[in-house]
Parts: sequence; structure tokens; C-alpha cells
Amino acid sequence: MPETALDITAWTCPAPLRDRPRVVMGHGGGGALSAELVQHLFAPAFGGEALARLGDCAALRVGGLRLAFSTDSYVVRPLFFPGGSIGGLAVNGTVNDLAMGGAQAAYLSCGFILEEGVEMATVARVAEDMGAAARAAGVEVATGDTKVVEMGHGDGVYVNTAGIGLIPDGVDLRPQRVVPGDVVIVSGEIGLHGVAIMSVREGLEFGVDIESDCAALGGLVRAMLAVTPDLHVLRDPTRGGLAAALNEIAAASGTGVVLHEGRVPVPEAVANACAILGLDPLYVANEGKLVAFVPREHAEAVLDAMRAHPLGRHAAVIGEAVEAHPGLVVARTGLGGTRVVDLPLGEQLPRIC
Amino acid sequence: MKYIEEFQDPALARRLLDDIRATVTRPWALMEVCGGQTHTIIRHGIDQLLPDEVELIHGPGCPVCVTPLEVIDKALEIASRPGVIFCSFGDMLRVPGTGRDLFQVRGEGGDVRVVYSPLDALKTARQNPDREVVFFGIGFETTAPPNAMAVYQARKLGITNFSLLVSHVRVPPAIEAIMRSPSCRVQGFLAAGHVCSVMGTAEYPELADRHRVPIVVTGFEPLDILEGVRRAVRQLERGEHTVENAYPRAVRPEGNPAALAMLADVFEVTDRAWRGIGTIPDSGWRLSERFREYDAEHRFRVTGITTREPAACRSGEVLQGLIKPHECEAFGTLCTPRSPLGATMVSSEGACAAYYLYRRLDLGPGPARPATTPDRPTVPTAPLEASPVA
Repeated sequence: MPETALDITAWTCPAPLRDRPRVVMGHGGGGALSAELVQHLFAPAFGGEALARLGDCAALRVGGLRLAFSTDSYVVRPLFFPGGSIGGLAVNGTVNDLAMGGAQAAYLSCGFILEEGVEMATVARVAEDMGAAARAAGVEVATGDTKVVEMGHGDGVYVNTAGIGLIPDGVDLRPQRVVPGDVVIVSGEIGLHGVAIMSVREGLEFGVDIESDCAALGGLVRAMLAVTPDLHVLRDPTRGGLAAALNEIAAASGTGVVLHEGRVPVPEAVANACAILGLDPLYVANEGKLVAFVPREHAEAVLDAMRAHPLGRHAAVIGEAVEAHPGLVVARTGLGGTRVVDLPLGEQLPRIC
Repeated sequence: MKYIEEFQDPALARRLLDDIRATVTRPWALMEVCGGQTHTIIRHGIDQLLPDEVELIHGPGCPVCVTPLEVIDKALEIASRPGVIFCSFGDMLRVPGTGRDLFQVRGEGGDVRVVYSPLDALKTARQNPDREVVFFGIGFETTAPPNAMAVYQARKLGITNFSLLVSHVRVPPAIEAIMRSPSCRVQGFLAAGHVCSVMGTAEYPELADRHRVPIVVTGFEPLDILEGVRRAVRQLERGEHTVENAYPRAVRPEGNPAALAMLADVFEVTDRAWRGIGTIPDSGWRLSERFREYDAEHRFRVTGITTREPAACRSGEVLQGLIKPHECEAFGTLCTPRSPLGATMVSSEGACAAYYLYRRLDLGPGPARPATTPDRPTVPTAPLEASPVA
């Protein structure tokens, strides 16, 4: 081989991409780009105090009542996947956003955006799934709207749901209540929904059937609040996974979070799928899990109550809030090292090799 | 195969670490060649667990990081053309070219698709005979055989609307270039196991002899890395410099003969520019003359590319193991995953991204996390409700 003289003084690097002139997929990924879009574009445009709090649901006072109010749009592809469908997701997702505010969902609205040409049987299946999910969650779809867009302008069916529910007296769930010493509990195995969707969307076979964990969490939250109304904060770790939820709480509370990686329940099938694709289970979406910050003195009783509930059988203590490294989530690795678990930027990308 | 748990066993890791501690008597600098190994080291905190005498220098082995800017710009240009479906592995979509990336091309209406295999791209070409399908064929010796297979299959099936934009790189010439660099501190290498699963180990003894460095073929799980370090340190302490295979479950000395035959047929060795480093002779592959018609550069005749690289970042030195990521002035301030100056901050296997994601805690409160970082929205801490609730 000929002589190679490397002149490192001439080495250079590419230009930054600071301001994106157009929307990219990462703006909807539930990570840093999504947060920036809301904070720097939507919130200033809308104004208003309630939105500025940037929670999963708004806690409002209307005519003496404490109302939780939330909305979410569902654009999942495919419409039907192992363990659920866009219909069940549209009900459970909004019910869960309300549950994270401590509220029992009472009424939902439902907005359909249908694509010209989609089979009526498909729409019927989605609607039936929504009805079944609503009955299971004890919530009523009280109002709705339907629009049709031209063929090629949608993925068959898009659904938006909004919901309201009452927040019980004495319940005040928000990240600002987190204090060092709080115990972090996750309600079960993580990563199932994201891997299930990936397996059908990308045609990837992982050797085992992985089903979405799509479920309504209102009952589990009620069981936890029955132990103590003094839970500090709840989050359902959907887009961006457990990592995004913990980062949001750490940032908003100003405390640090220590995560014991070995205690996080990750099903073997999810771990294997993530290993193949170069993804981290902590960032994979869930649709039937919650993460709770609980005062230390109540942690054991809350954990017992969760494990007694069908949706909390695999609940586990995975970490604690600490005074050190405020705003940062730090994982203790299985080998004894530490690493920062950051807010995901956009969507996780499968690695090349 | 339950390889994940088995190869992350804390008790076995402690035994390996004890063995390394008992062996080492003086400082040694080892380079892990592959970005996948860097990712494992930082993600599991292995660098923190090793004795102080063992320094791990992160090598240039992330194919995403070293793909030249000019090739990225060509990808952006081709992907922007009407009638083109541009297929790529996921992590190439966020790598900045001159002023934009493939995600932005998609946002501007380009048909850019993430695939998991070049054969998926070939299937896309069969399903869309009226469109030109281009696959971004980057990577080391690991990803080259399936890319070669895709081209081979395209010819066999008579698929003419498929081409590869090729920027393949080879590990041994890079090791050679690193060892010849006057500022090189590397005393031993952890060679990339997946590369050797294809190529075997025949290319390495000559390098080990000529530069008097141990080369240990190493896997990617935490215990693999520790075993690679253990063997390299043992050799250094004994004054040896041989090639060892610490990844026998995946690597045979002769490699994968079928893959090697395919590579020899479809590709030919060429000089290749490495982003941030410069041109290294004979360090790449391009499509051979027999398969030139499947070369996207040849087919699309992209001209008028003007690359622009500011000099603010030092990823070249990072890729060469001359500095650690946080020793770059731009690290964590001007340069973050949100607004990367260099590809090393983009790829999940890039050393800078790995440090930013996993190591800022150890780097103190310096530039890595300013009080209000543009990457982290400041969430207002107003009470939940304007009027206190009793």
C-alpha cells in the first residue's frame, strides 16, 4: 500500500441544520423536536396559561369542578395490528392521558378523517373496536365529526379523540410535586406496542408473536389512588417510551432521576427485537403502561395495589428521584457503570450494522 | 439463542475485569475499531469500569460517520429527483449534507424510504417498474455482501430500474493509515467482529507484524468487549503482537467464502475519501466494470455538487482517536444531536453522539449541558392551576 500521510489540521466537518424550513417526521416523534414545535411555535401562537403547562392533559377549573381535558390524534399504520387497532388506541390513548391527571374519563369526542375509497367494512371494524374499548373503559363517546379527504391524501382512517373527566378532590398529579426520595414505579413490561407495530409495519419476523399492550389504565390508577391520593406524578410512556417520560418529569421537576436498568421489566422478545434493530427498549412506545413517582412511605403499598390489578401484575420499582444531576435521567447499568438516558431527538432509527 | 443475557452477565464481567486489573502493570491505549463497539462501551459504562491504565480510543469504524459529504450530497440530489424512490438504512437519514439531510428531502416531497435490507429495495424496484429505485449502499465489509447480492439478483432477474449509490469502506487500510499517522497513540486494536465474520482474519497478521500491535477480533456484547480488552492487554504485557480471535462464535479464519466470492465479482477496490479524515488509498469498494450499469453515480450523472464544510468541529481527530469528543470546543454547545456539526454527532454509533447521550454526567457541568440548552425545552414550573385547589 502506498504511503499515506494524514494531515489532521485540514480535517473539517459539515454544517449544522439548525432551523428546518419544513416539518420532518421527527416533529411528531414525541421527542425534543416535538417539544420544540409546541414550545416555540404553537404555545406562543395560542397563548393561554393552561397550554403553557405542557402536560399530557390540562387540569382546569370550570364552574367549581376540577376537569381534566385532553386530545390526541391517531395516525397509526397499519390500522389493525397484533393486540389492537387504531380504534382501541384512539379510546385508550385519550382515556390514559386523562388518567395520568388522576381523572376518570367521562366523555370522549371522536373526529374521523376518512380517505376516499377506504372500505366501509374497515371503518365499521374501527368503530366497533372504539365502542368495545369505550365500554371497557367506562367512557361514552358523546360527540363526533366525519370528514373525507381525496384518495391518496390519507392512510385510510385517521382518528382524533378528545376527552374530559373529573379530578377527585385531594389529587394533584404534576411533575413539580416530585421531590428527591420519591420512588419510581413502572406498571409492567415495556416496549410491546412499538415492537408489535414494527413487526407488522416493516414485515419483520422476530420468531415470536409480540402483541401491543394497548389498554385503558383508569382502573389501575383508581386502585393506586385508593392506597393514597398523594401520588406525585403519573405518565403513560407512549411515543419516546420510558426514556421520554422520565426526561419530561426530570426536566419539569428539577430533580434528577436514577434508573436501575436491570430492574426495568423488558420482555425477552422485545430485547431481542431491539438488539436486532439497534434500538433501545427504553425509547420504544407503550400503550398500556404508566410510570409513577410515589412518596417513599407509600411506595410499597402502591406497588402491592398495582400488582393486585391485572394491568399491574409485573409492576416494578425501577428507580428514584435524587438531588444530584437535576433534570437528568441517569441509568445504572447492569455491569455497574452509569450513563445518561437522554430525551430522544425524534424517532429512533434502525442502525446500519 | 439467549445471547443478550448471557453476554451481559455482571458476575462474568466482574471476573474479566478482575483478570484485566491483575494483568495490567502500566498504561496502554487500545482502539476499538467499530462504532458498534464504541456504542456498547459507552452505553454500558465499560470505560468507567476498566482500570485507569487501560484507555479506550474510539476508532473510525462508523460507516455513517465516514461517508463523505460529497456522497451524501449526491444522495440528496438523487433523492430529490422526480420519479426516484430512494431507499436507505434508517440512520443515514439524519446525517447532514451541505445544508440539509434526507429527512428534509422527504419533507420537500422526495420519496425517501427506510429499508432493512438492500433486497427490500430490490423488491420495491420490482413493484414499481416505472420508477428508478436507488439504494444507498454504505458501510464496511459487513454490509457489502448483501449489497453485492442485491446487484447480482437485479441482473439475474433482469431488473433494470435498480441501482446502488456506493460508498463502501474497508477496515485494514484504515488501520494502516492510523498506524502511519505521526500522532498515533494506539498500541493495540479490537478489530470489528462482524467485518471479520465476512472477511476472515487473513488481512490482519501482516498489519500486526509490521506495526507490532496486537489485533484481537472482538464481538459487540459487553462480555465480548471485556474479553477483547483482556486478551489485548495480556499480549501487550507479554510484549506480543499477534492476531487473536475472541469472537469464534461468529468468525472463522477463512471468513465467509460465498460472501467473499460475491464481493470479488461485484466490487473492485478503489481509493475512498473518509469524511473528516481524507482520502485513504485502496480503502473502499466501488461496483466493478461488469456491474457499472447498476452504479447510481454513473446512471444519474450528478454534477455541480459544491460541498461546504465549516472548520468548527474536530470530528476527524475524534475518528482518528487523537482527541476525545468532549475535548472539542463545539461539543455540547454548538454541536449536539439536535444540531450536529459533524456526522459523529448524528449516528448512534458516532463517538460524539455516544458521549453526548451517555457521558455528560462525567464531564461535569461544562458546555455539555448549559443551563438552558436548545435541545431541552424549559418546561414552566407554574402550579397546576391558577387558583389553588383546596
